Amino acid sequence: MFDTALSFNDLLFLLKGAGVTLSVTAFAVVGGTVLGLLFGVLRSHVSPWAVLPLTFVLDVFRSVPLLIQLILANASQAIAGLQFSPFVTSCIVLALYTSAYCTEIVRGAIEAVPPVTRRAARSLGLTWGQDMTQIVFPMALRVGLPSWIGLTLGVMKDSALVLWLGIIELLRASQILVTRLQEPMFILLIAGAIYFALSFPIARLGGRLEKRWQEND
Amino acid sequence: MIEIENVHKSFGALEVLKGINLTVDKGEVVSVIGGSGSGKSTLLTCINGLEPINSGRILVDGIEVHAKTTDLNKLRRKIGIVFQQFNAFPHLTVLENVTLAPRKVKGLSRQEAEEIAVKHLTHVGLAEKLNVYPGRLSGGQQQRMAIARALAMSPDYMLFDEVTSALDPQLVGEVLDTLKMLADEGMTMICVTHEMSFARDVSNRVAFFHKGVMAEIGPPEQIFGNAQHEETRKFLSSVR
Ligand SMILES: Nc1ncnc2c1ncn2[C@@H]1O[C@H](COP(=O)(O)OP(=O)(O)OP(=O)(O)O)[C@@H](O)[C@H]1O
Ligand SMILES: [Mg+2]
Repeated sequence: MFDTALSFNDLLFLLKGAGVTLSVTAFAVVGGTVLGLLFGVLRSHVSPWAVLPLTFVLDVFRSVPLLIQLILANASQAIAGLQFSPFVTSCIVLALYTSAYCTEIVRGAIEAVPPVTRRAARSLGLTWGQDMTQIVFPMALRVGLPSWIGLTLGVMKDSALVLWLGIIELLRASQILVTRLQEPMFILLIAGAIYFALSFPIARLGGRLEKRWQEND
Repeated sequence: MIEIENVHKSFGALEVLKGINLTVDKGEVVSVIGGSGSGKSTLLTCINGLEPINSGRILVDGIEVHAKTTDLNKLRRKIGIVFQQFNAFPHLTVLENVTLAPRKVKGLSRQEAEEIAVKHLTHVGLAEKLNVYPGRLSGGQQQRMAIARALAMSPDYMLFDEVTSALDPQLVGEVLDTLKMLADEGMTMICVTHEMSFARDVSNRVAFFHKGVMAEIGPPEQIFGNAQHEETRKFLSSVR
Protein backbone atom coordinates (compact mmCIF):
# COMPACT_ATOMS: atom_id res chain seq x y z
CA MET A 1 0.00 0.00 0.00
CA PHE A 2 2.75 2.47 0.90
CA ASP A 3 4.87 1.33 -1.93
CA THR A 4 4.27 4.37 -4.10
CA ALA A 5 6.11 6.50 -6.59
CA LEU A 6 4.44 9.59 -5.18
CA SER A 7 7.16 11.96 -4.06
CA PHE A 8 7.06 14.82 -1.63
CA ASN A 9 7.16 17.22 -4.58
CA ASP A 10 4.13 15.53 -6.10
CA LEU A 11 2.29 16.01 -2.86
CA LEU A 12 3.23 19.68 -2.88
CA PHE A 13 1.93 19.83 -6.43
CA LEU A 14 -1.40 18.47 -5.24
CA LEU A 15 -1.51 20.91 -2.36
CA LYS A 16 -0.79 23.79 -4.72
CA GLY A 17 -3.75 22.58 -6.78
CA ALA A 18 -5.81 22.58 -3.60
CA GLY A 19 -4.68 26.15 -3.02
CA VAL A 20 -6.03 27.12 -6.44
CA THR A 21 -9.31 25.34 -5.75
CA LEU A 22 -9.59 27.14 -2.44
CA SER A 23 -8.85 30.58 -3.88
CA VAL A 24 -11.23 30.19 -6.85
CA THR A 25 -13.90 29.01 -4.40
CA ALA A 26 -13.20 31.85 -1.99
CA PHE A 27 -13.46 34.51 -4.70
CA ALA A 28 -16.61 32.91 -6.07
CA VAL A 29 -18.30 32.55 -2.70
CA VAL A 30 -17.37 36.00 -1.40
CA GLY A 31 -18.27 37.73 -4.67
CA GLY A 32 -21.36 35.60 -5.15
CA THR A 33 -22.56 36.21 -1.62
CA VAL A 34 -22.14 39.97 -1.81
CA LEU A 35 -24.04 40.06 -5.10
CA GLY A 36 -26.54 37.50 -3.82
CA LEU A 37 -27.30 39.67 -0.79
CA LEU A 38 -27.81 42.71 -2.98
CA PHE A 39 -29.96 40.90 -5.53
CA GLY A 40 -31.83 38.96 -2.84
CA VAL A 41 -32.80 42.15 -1.01
CA LEU A 42 -33.90 43.67 -4.33
CA ARG A 43 -35.90 40.59 -5.24
CA SER A 44 -37.70 40.56 -1.90
CA HIS A 45 -38.44 44.29 -1.71
CA VAL A 46 -38.99 45.54 -5.24
CA SER A 47 -41.97 44.61 -7.34
CA PRO A 48 -41.31 41.48 -9.44
CA TRP A 49 -41.80 43.48 -12.63
CA ALA A 50 -39.08 45.99 -11.83
CA VAL A 51 -36.49 43.27 -11.36
CA LEU A 52 -37.68 41.04 -14.19
CA PRO A 53 -34.49 41.50 -16.26
CA LEU A 54 -32.36 40.62 -13.23
CA THR A 55 -34.48 37.58 -12.45
CA PHE A 56 -34.16 36.46 -16.05
CA VAL A 57 -30.37 36.79 -16.13
CA LEU A 58 -30.02 34.94 -12.83
CA ASP A 59 -32.27 32.18 -14.13
CA VAL A 60 -29.94 31.82 -17.10
CA PHE A 61 -26.96 31.46 -14.77
CA ARG A 62 -28.81 28.80 -12.83
CA SER A 63 -29.98 26.76 -15.79
CA VAL A 64 -27.05 26.76 -18.26
CA PRO A 65 -24.39 24.17 -17.28
CA LEU A 66 -21.43 25.79 -15.62
CA LEU A 67 -18.99 24.25 -18.08
CA ILE A 68 -20.75 25.94 -21.00
CA GLN A 69 -20.74 29.26 -19.12
CA LEU A 70 -17.02 29.00 -18.45
CA ILE A 71 -16.08 28.20 -22.03
CA LEU A 72 -18.42 30.82 -23.51
CA ALA A 73 -17.21 33.47 -21.08
CA ASN A 74 -13.58 32.68 -21.80
CA ALA A 75 -14.17 32.87 -25.55
CA SER A 76 -16.21 36.10 -25.28
CA GLN A 77 -13.66 37.90 -23.17
CA ALA A 78 -10.98 36.98 -25.69
CA ILE A 79 -13.10 38.25 -28.59
CA ALA A 80 -13.84 41.43 -26.68
CA GLY A 81 -10.11 41.87 -26.18
CA LEU A 82 -10.35 41.99 -22.38
CA GLN A 83 -7.28 39.81 -21.88
CA PHE A 84 -8.56 38.34 -18.62
CA SER A 85 -6.48 35.44 -17.40
CA PRO A 86 -8.36 32.11 -17.16
CA PHE A 87 -8.19 32.50 -13.38
CA VAL A 88 -9.93 35.88 -13.43
CA THR A 89 -12.51 34.65 -15.92
CA SER A 90 -13.16 31.61 -13.77
CA CYS A 91 -13.61 33.68 -10.63
CA ILE A 92 -16.06 36.04 -12.34
CA VAL A 93 -18.13 33.26 -13.89
CA LEU A 94 -18.22 31.23 -10.69
CA ALA A 95 -19.11 34.32 -8.66
CA LEU A 96 -22.06 35.10 -10.95
CA TYR A 97 -23.10 31.46 -10.89
CA THR A 98 -22.93 31.48 -7.09
CA SER A 99 -24.79 34.78 -6.88
CA ALA A 100 -27.70 33.33 -8.85
CA TYR A 101 -28.18 30.59 -6.26
CA CYS A 102 -27.36 32.86 -3.35
CA THR A 103 -30.01 35.35 -4.47
CA GLU A 104 -32.69 32.70 -4.11
CA ILE A 105 -31.40 31.66 -0.70
CA VAL A 106 -31.37 35.27 0.50
CA ARG A 107 -34.80 36.03 -0.93
CA GLY A 108 -36.31 32.92 0.62
CA ALA A 109 -34.70 33.61 3.99
CA ILE A 110 -35.84 37.24 4.04
CA GLU A 111 -39.36 36.27 3.09
CA ALA A 112 -39.38 33.73 5.92
CA VAL A 113 -39.23 36.60 8.42
CA PRO A 114 -42.87 37.07 9.50
CA PRO A 115 -44.28 40.41 8.28
CA VAL A 116 -45.70 41.08 11.74
CA THR A 117 -42.19 40.93 13.23
CA ARG A 118 -41.04 43.55 10.78
CA ARG A 119 -44.12 45.65 11.49
CA ALA A 120 -43.33 45.44 15.17
CA ALA A 121 -39.81 46.67 14.48
CA ARG A 122 -40.98 49.57 12.35
CA SER A 123 -43.69 50.49 14.83
CA LEU A 124 -40.99 50.97 17.47
CA GLY A 125 -39.51 53.68 15.26
CA LEU A 126 -36.73 51.62 13.70
CA THR A 127 -35.89 52.77 10.19
CA TRP A 128 -36.00 50.43 7.23
CA GLY A 129 -32.23 50.03 7.42
CA GLN A 130 -32.27 49.32 11.15
CA ASP A 131 -35.05 46.80 10.63
CA MET A 132 -32.90 45.08 8.01
CA THR A 133 -29.68 45.00 10.02
CA GLN A 134 -31.11 44.39 13.50
CA ILE A 135 -34.03 42.09 12.76
CA VAL A 136 -34.25 40.80 9.21
CA PHE A 137 -30.64 39.79 8.56
CA PRO A 138 -30.06 38.04 11.89
CA MET A 139 -33.35 36.15 11.55
CA ALA A 140 -32.79 35.36 7.87
CA LEU A 141 -29.25 34.16 8.58
CA ARG A 142 -30.60 31.37 10.73
CA VAL A 143 -32.94 30.30 7.96
CA GLY A 144 -30.52 30.63 5.07
CA LEU A 145 -27.25 29.43 6.56
CA PRO A 146 -27.71 25.67 5.94
CA SER A 147 -28.49 26.30 2.27
CA TRP A 148 -25.61 28.74 2.01
CA ILE A 149 -23.19 26.16 3.44
CA GLY A 150 -24.54 23.65 0.95
CA LEU A 151 -23.99 26.16 -1.84
CA THR A 152 -20.42 26.85 -0.74
CA LEU A 153 -19.54 23.17 -0.61
CA GLY A 154 -21.17 22.66 -3.99
CA VAL A 155 -19.24 25.55 -5.54
CA MET A 156 -16.00 24.09 -4.20
CA LYS A 157 -16.69 20.86 -6.05
CA ASP A 158 -18.02 22.62 -9.16
CA SER A 159 -14.88 24.75 -9.26
CA ALA A 160 -13.08 21.68 -10.65
CA LEU A 161 -14.63 22.60 -14.00
CA VAL A 162 -12.24 25.51 -14.37
CA LEU A 163 -9.64 22.93 -15.39
CA TRP A 164 -11.23 23.22 -18.82
CA LEU A 165 -9.76 26.69 -19.08
CA GLY A 166 -6.33 25.23 -18.42
CA ILE A 167 -6.18 26.03 -14.72
CA ILE A 168 -4.39 23.45 -12.61
CA GLU A 169 -6.58 23.12 -9.56
CA LEU A 170 -6.86 20.10 -7.31
CA LEU A 171 -8.67 17.76 -9.68
CA ARG A 172 -6.47 18.67 -12.66
CA ALA A 173 -3.36 18.26 -10.54
CA SER A 174 -4.41 14.78 -9.51
CA GLN A 175 -5.23 13.90 -13.12
CA ILE A 176 -1.73 14.90 -14.16
CA LEU A 177 -0.21 12.76 -11.43
CA VAL A 178 -2.46 9.81 -12.28
CA THR A 179 -1.32 9.97 -15.89
CA ARG A 180 2.31 10.15 -14.91
CA LEU A 181 2.41 7.70 -12.00
CA GLN A 182 -0.40 5.30 -13.02
CA GLU A 183 -1.66 5.04 -9.43
CA PRO A 184 -5.22 6.31 -9.86
CA MET A 185 -6.72 4.82 -6.70
CA PHE A 186 -4.10 6.14 -4.33
CA ILE A 187 -3.88 9.61 -5.84
CA LEU A 188 -7.61 10.12 -6.12
CA LEU A 189 -7.93 8.96 -2.54
CA ILE A 190 -5.53 11.67 -1.50
CA ALA A 191 -7.31 14.26 -3.65
CA GLY A 192 -10.62 13.22 -2.13
CA ALA A 193 -9.16 13.51 1.34
CA ILE A 194 -7.97 17.04 0.55
CA TYR A 195 -11.42 18.03 -0.73
CA PHE A 196 -12.86 16.65 2.47
CA ALA A 197 -10.33 18.53 4.59
CA LEU A 198 -11.30 21.78 2.84
CA SER A 199 -15.03 21.19 3.21
CA PHE A 200 -15.18 19.78 6.69
CA PRO A 201 -14.41 22.97 8.66
CA ILE A 202 -17.11 24.86 6.73
CA ALA A 203 -19.67 22.15 7.33
CA ARG A 204 -18.73 21.95 11.02
CA LEU A 205 -18.92 25.71 11.44
CA GLY A 206 -22.44 25.65 10.05
CA GLY A 207 -23.42 22.79 12.31
CA ARG A 208 -22.08 24.54 15.37
CA LEU A 209 -23.83 27.81 14.64
CA GLU A 210 -27.11 26.00 14.03
CA LYS A 211 -26.80 24.14 17.28
CA ARG A 212 -26.07 27.29 19.20
CA TRP A 213 -29.10 29.03 17.69
CA GLN A 214 -31.34 26.07 18.37
CA GLU A 215 -30.48 26.23 22.04
CA ASN A 216 -32.18 29.63 22.10
CA ASP A 217 -35.51 28.36 20.85
CA MET B 1 -54.90 63.64 21.29
CA ILE B 2 -55.61 61.34 18.35
CA GLU B 3 -57.98 62.79 15.77
CA ILE B 4 -59.29 60.55 13.04
CA GLU B 5 -61.21 62.51 10.43
CA ASN B 6 -63.28 60.85 7.73
CA VAL B 7 -60.68 58.20 6.98
CA HIS B 8 -61.18 55.95 3.97
CA LYS B 9 -58.92 53.03 3.32
CA SER B 10 -59.02 50.35 0.64
CA PHE B 11 -57.00 47.26 -0.13
CA GLY B 12 -57.33 47.14 -3.89
CA ALA B 13 -61.03 47.14 -4.67
CA LEU B 14 -62.00 46.26 -1.10
CA GLU B 15 -62.94 49.30 0.97
CA VAL B 16 -62.06 48.40 4.54
CA LEU B 17 -62.60 51.76 6.27
CA LYS B 18 -65.51 53.82 5.02
CA GLY B 19 -65.21 57.23 6.59
CA ILE B 20 -64.11 56.77 10.19
CA ASN B 21 -64.35 59.70 12.60
CA LEU B 22 -62.99 59.33 16.10
CA THR B 23 -61.24 61.55 18.60
CA VAL B 24 -59.38 60.05 21.51
CA ASP B 25 -58.41 62.43 24.29
CA LYS B 26 -55.35 62.23 26.49
CA GLY B 27 -55.90 59.69 29.24
CA GLU B 28 -58.88 58.13 27.57
CA VAL B 29 -59.32 54.40 27.04
CA VAL B 30 -61.35 53.50 23.97
CA SER B 31 -62.23 49.90 23.24
CA VAL B 32 -63.02 48.86 19.72
CA ILE B 33 -65.27 45.88 19.18
CA GLY B 34 -66.83 44.40 16.09
CA GLY B 35 -66.98 41.39 13.81
CA SER B 36 -64.11 39.84 11.96
CA GLY B 37 -63.02 41.83 8.93
CA SER B 38 -64.76 45.01 10.06
CA GLY B 39 -61.52 47.01 9.80
CA LYS B 40 -60.44 47.25 13.44
CA SER B 41 -56.83 46.14 12.94
CA THR B 42 -56.52 48.21 9.81
CA LEU B 43 -57.51 51.35 11.70
CA LEU B 44 -54.75 50.79 14.27
CA THR B 45 -52.08 50.26 11.61
CA CYS B 46 -53.24 53.45 9.89
CA ILE B 47 -52.88 55.44 13.11
CA ASN B 48 -49.14 54.83 13.32
CA GLY B 49 -48.66 55.07 9.59
CA LEU B 50 -47.85 51.41 8.94
CA GLU B 51 -50.62 51.52 6.35
CA PRO B 52 -51.36 54.42 3.98
CA ILE B 53 -54.89 55.79 3.77
CA ASN B 54 -56.88 56.81 0.71
CA SER B 55 -58.51 59.94 2.04
CA GLY B 56 -59.29 61.84 5.22
CA ARG B 57 -56.60 62.45 7.80
CA ILE B 58 -55.27 61.27 11.12
CA LEU B 59 -53.65 63.72 13.54
CA VAL B 60 -51.57 62.68 16.52
CA ASP B 61 -50.88 65.64 18.77
CA GLY B 62 -51.71 67.82 15.79
CA ILE B 63 -49.22 66.11 13.49
CA GLU B 64 -50.73 64.65 10.36
CA VAL B 65 -49.60 61.04 10.21
CA HIS B 66 -49.85 60.60 6.46
CA ALA B 67 -48.47 63.97 5.42
CA LYS B 68 -45.41 63.63 3.21
CA THR B 69 -43.37 65.86 5.46
CA THR B 70 -44.06 63.85 8.61
CA ASP B 71 -41.10 61.92 10.01
CA LEU B 72 -42.90 58.66 10.73
CA ASN B 73 -40.00 57.07 12.56
CA LYS B 74 -40.07 59.96 14.97
CA LEU B 75 -43.84 60.02 15.30
CA ARG B 76 -43.93 56.31 16.05
CA ARG B 77 -41.93 56.82 19.23
CA LYS B 78 -45.09 58.38 20.65
CA ILE B 79 -47.33 55.51 19.63
CA GLY B 80 -46.78 52.02 20.96
CA ILE B 81 -48.58 49.14 19.32
CA VAL B 82 -48.96 45.51 20.34
CA PHE B 83 -50.26 43.00 17.84
CA GLN B 84 -52.45 39.97 18.08
CA GLN B 85 -49.78 37.64 16.65
CA PHE B 86 -46.66 37.05 18.71
CA ASN B 87 -43.91 39.24 17.36
CA ALA B 88 -40.95 38.94 19.65
CA PHE B 89 -37.55 39.24 17.99
CA PRO B 90 -36.59 35.58 18.42
CA HIS B 91 -32.83 36.06 18.11
CA LEU B 92 -32.68 38.54 20.99
CA THR B 93 -33.14 37.91 24.70
CA VAL B 94 -36.10 39.45 26.49
CA LEU B 95 -33.88 42.25 27.75
CA GLU B 96 -32.40 42.85 24.29
CA ASN B 97 -35.87 42.86 22.75
CA VAL B 98 -36.82 45.71 25.04
CA THR B 99 -33.57 47.69 24.86
CA LEU B 100 -33.22 47.55 21.07
CA ALA B 101 -35.44 50.49 20.15
CA PRO B 102 -34.40 52.78 23.02
CA ARG B 103 -30.78 52.26 21.98
CA LYS B 104 -31.12 52.38 18.21
CA VAL B 105 -33.96 54.87 17.89
CA LYS B 106 -33.47 57.11 20.90
CA GLY B 107 -29.72 56.66 21.05
CA LEU B 108 -29.63 55.75 24.75
CA SER B 109 -26.57 54.01 26.11
CA ARG B 110 -26.84 50.30 26.85
CA GLN B 111 -26.91 51.02 30.57
CA GLU B 112 -29.63 53.66 30.35
CA ALA B 113 -31.70 51.43 28.10
CA GLU B 114 -31.30 48.45 30.39
CA GLU B 115 -32.42 50.45 33.40
CA ILE B 116 -35.59 51.44 31.59
CA ALA B 117 -36.13 47.94 30.24
CA VAL B 118 -35.75 46.31 33.64
CA LYS B 119 -38.23 48.78 35.09
CA HIS B 120 -40.87 47.98 32.48
CA LEU B 121 -40.20 44.24 32.47
CA THR B 122 -40.56 44.21 36.23
CA HIS B 123 -43.76 46.18 35.87
CA VAL B 124 -45.28 43.52 33.62
CA GLY B 125 -43.99 40.72 35.83
CA LEU B 126 -41.05 39.49 33.77
CA ALA B 127 -38.18 40.46 36.04
CA GLU B 128 -37.09 36.83 36.24
CA LYS B 129 -36.89 36.39 32.48
CA LEU B 130 -34.44 39.07 31.41
CA ASN B 131 -31.88 36.79 29.81
CA VAL B 132 -34.26 34.21 28.41
CA TYR B 133 -34.97 33.96 24.69
CA PRO B 134 -38.61 34.59 23.68
CA GLY B 135 -38.97 31.03 22.40
CA ARG B 136 -38.89 29.93 26.02
CA LEU B 137 -41.74 32.22 27.08
CA SER B 138 -45.42 31.31 27.26
CA GLY B 139 -47.79 33.18 24.98
CA GLY B 140 -48.94 35.41 27.82
CA GLN B 141 -45.36 36.22 28.76
CA GLN B 142 -44.54 37.02 25.13
CA GLN B 143 -47.42 39.47 24.96
CA ARG B 144 -46.40 41.09 28.23
CA MET B 145 -42.86 41.38 26.88
CA ALA B 146 -44.26 43.06 23.76
CA ILE B 147 -46.10 45.51 26.00
CA ALA B 148 -42.92 46.27 27.94
CA ARG B 149 -41.04 46.67 24.67
CA ALA B 150 -43.52 49.28 23.50
CA LEU B 151 -43.59 51.02 26.88
CA ALA B 152 -39.80 51.30 26.95
CA MET B 153 -40.07 53.98 24.26
CA SER B 154 -42.22 55.99 26.72
CA PRO B 155 -45.07 56.38 24.24
CA ASP B 156 -47.94 58.78 24.88
CA TYR B 157 -50.42 56.42 23.25
CA MET B 158 -50.77 52.66 23.22
CA LEU B 159 -52.66 50.70 20.59
CA PHE B 160 -53.60 47.12 21.40
CA ASP B 161 -54.85 44.79 18.70
CA GLU B 162 -56.60 41.80 20.25
CA VAL B 163 -53.54 41.06 22.29
CA THR B 164 -55.25 38.18 24.08
CA SER B 165 -56.94 36.39 21.22
CA ALA B 166 -54.00 34.10 20.38
CA LEU B 167 -53.67 33.05 24.02
CA ASP B 168 -54.82 29.97 25.88
CA PRO B 169 -57.78 30.95 28.07
CA GLN B 170 -55.83 30.58 31.30
CA LEU B 171 -53.24 33.13 30.09
CA VAL B 172 -55.72 35.81 29.05
CA GLY B 173 -56.17 37.13 32.58
CA GLU B 174 -52.54 38.03 33.22
CA VAL B 175 -52.37 40.10 30.03
CA LEU B 176 -55.68 41.85 30.65
CA ASP B 177 -54.49 42.69 34.15
CA THR B 178 -51.47 44.36 32.62
CA LEU B 179 -53.72 46.42 30.35
CA LYS B 180 -55.92 47.40 33.28
CA MET B 181 -52.89 48.49 35.22
CA LEU B 182 -51.82 50.74 32.33
CA ALA B 183 -55.30 52.20 32.06
CA ASP B 184 -55.30 52.93 35.78
CA GLU B 185 -52.00 54.74 35.39
CA GLY B 186 -53.61 57.10 32.91
CA MET B 187 -52.20 55.77 29.63
CA THR B 188 -54.15 56.80 26.56
CA MET B 189 -55.19 53.57 24.90
CA ILE B 190 -57.12 52.22 21.97
CA CYS B 191 -57.86 48.55 22.56
CA VAL B 192 -59.30 46.34 19.89
CA THR B 193 -60.73 43.48 21.89
CA HIS B 194 -63.03 40.51 21.93
CA GLU B 195 -63.10 40.55 25.73
CA MET B 196 -66.42 42.23 26.41
CA SER B 197 -65.97 42.34 30.16
CA PHE B 198 -62.66 44.14 29.67
CA ALA B 199 -64.31 46.63 27.31
CA ARG B 200 -67.08 47.22 29.81
CA ASP B 201 -64.94 47.55 32.91
CA VAL B 202 -61.89 49.41 31.68
CA SER B 203 -62.88 51.71 28.83
CA ASN B 204 -64.26 55.22 28.90
CA ARG B 205 -65.89 54.64 25.56
CA VAL B 206 -66.63 51.63 23.42
CA ALA B 207 -66.74 51.82 19.61
CA PHE B 208 -68.57 49.23 17.59
CA PHE B 209 -67.25 48.61 14.06
CA HIS B 210 -69.40 47.03 11.42
CA LYS B 211 -68.25 46.49 7.82
CA GLY B 212 -65.81 49.38 7.78
CA VAL B 213 -68.12 51.83 9.52
CA MET B 214 -68.07 52.90 13.14
CA ALA B 215 -71.72 52.10 13.67
CA GLU B 216 -71.91 53.24 17.25
CA ILE B 217 -69.75 54.76 19.96
CA GLY B 218 -70.55 55.61 23.52
CA PRO B 219 -69.87 54.89 27.15
CA PRO B 220 -69.87 51.18 28.07
CA GLU B 221 -73.24 51.54 29.82
CA GLN B 222 -74.81 52.66 26.57
CA ILE B 223 -73.19 50.04 24.33
CA PHE B 224 -73.73 47.13 26.66
CA GLY B 225 -76.96 48.29 28.30
CA ASN B 226 -78.83 50.33 25.78
CA ALA B 227 -77.30 49.98 22.33
CA GLN B 228 -78.88 52.31 19.79
CA HIS B 229 -78.11 50.20 16.77
CA GLU B 230 -79.66 46.95 15.73
CA GLU B 231 -76.23 45.71 14.50
CA THR B 232 -74.61 46.43 17.87
CA ARG B 233 -77.25 44.44 19.69
CA LYS B 234 -76.93 41.60 17.21
CA PHE B 235 -73.16 41.52 17.59
CA LEU B 236 -73.29 41.61 21.37
CA SER B 237 -75.81 38.83 21.58
CA SER B 238 -73.59 36.75 19.26
CA VAL B 239 -70.50 37.08 21.45
CA ARG B 240 -72.21 36.50 24.75
N1 LIG C 1 -52.69 43.75 3.80
C1 LIG C 1 -53.94 43.48 3.35
N2 LIG C 1 -54.17 43.27 2.05
C2 LIG C 1 -55.42 43.01 1.60
N3 LIG C 1 -56.49 42.93 2.36
C3 LIG C 1 -56.35 43.14 3.68
C4 LIG C 1 -55.05 43.40 4.25
N4 LIG C 1 -55.20 43.55 5.58
C5 LIG C 1 -56.51 43.37 5.84
N5 LIG C 1 -57.21 43.12 4.70
C6 LIG C 1 -58.66 42.92 4.60
O1 LIG C 1 -59.29 44.04 5.16
C7 LIG C 1 -60.45 43.66 5.88
C8 LIG C 1 -60.36 44.22 7.28
O2 LIG C 1 -59.31 43.59 7.93
P1 LIG C 1 -58.95 43.88 9.46
O3 LIG C 1 -57.80 43.02 9.77
O4 LIG C 1 -58.80 45.34 9.66
O5 LIG C 1 -60.25 43.37 10.20
P2 LIG C 1 -60.48 43.18 11.76
O6 LIG C 1 -61.68 43.99 12.09
O7 LIG C 1 -59.24 43.48 12.51
O8 LIG C 1 -60.86 41.64 11.84
P3 LIG C 1 -60.42 40.55 12.95
O9 LIG C 1 -61.37 40.70 14.08
O10 LIG C 1 -60.61 39.26 12.23
O11 LIG C 1 -59.02 40.80 13.31
C9 LIG C 1 -60.51 42.16 5.82
O12 LIG C 1 -61.44 41.80 4.82
C10 LIG C 1 -59.12 41.74 5.41
O13 LIG C 1 -59.19 40.57 4.64
MG1 LIG D 1 -57.84 42.26 13.53
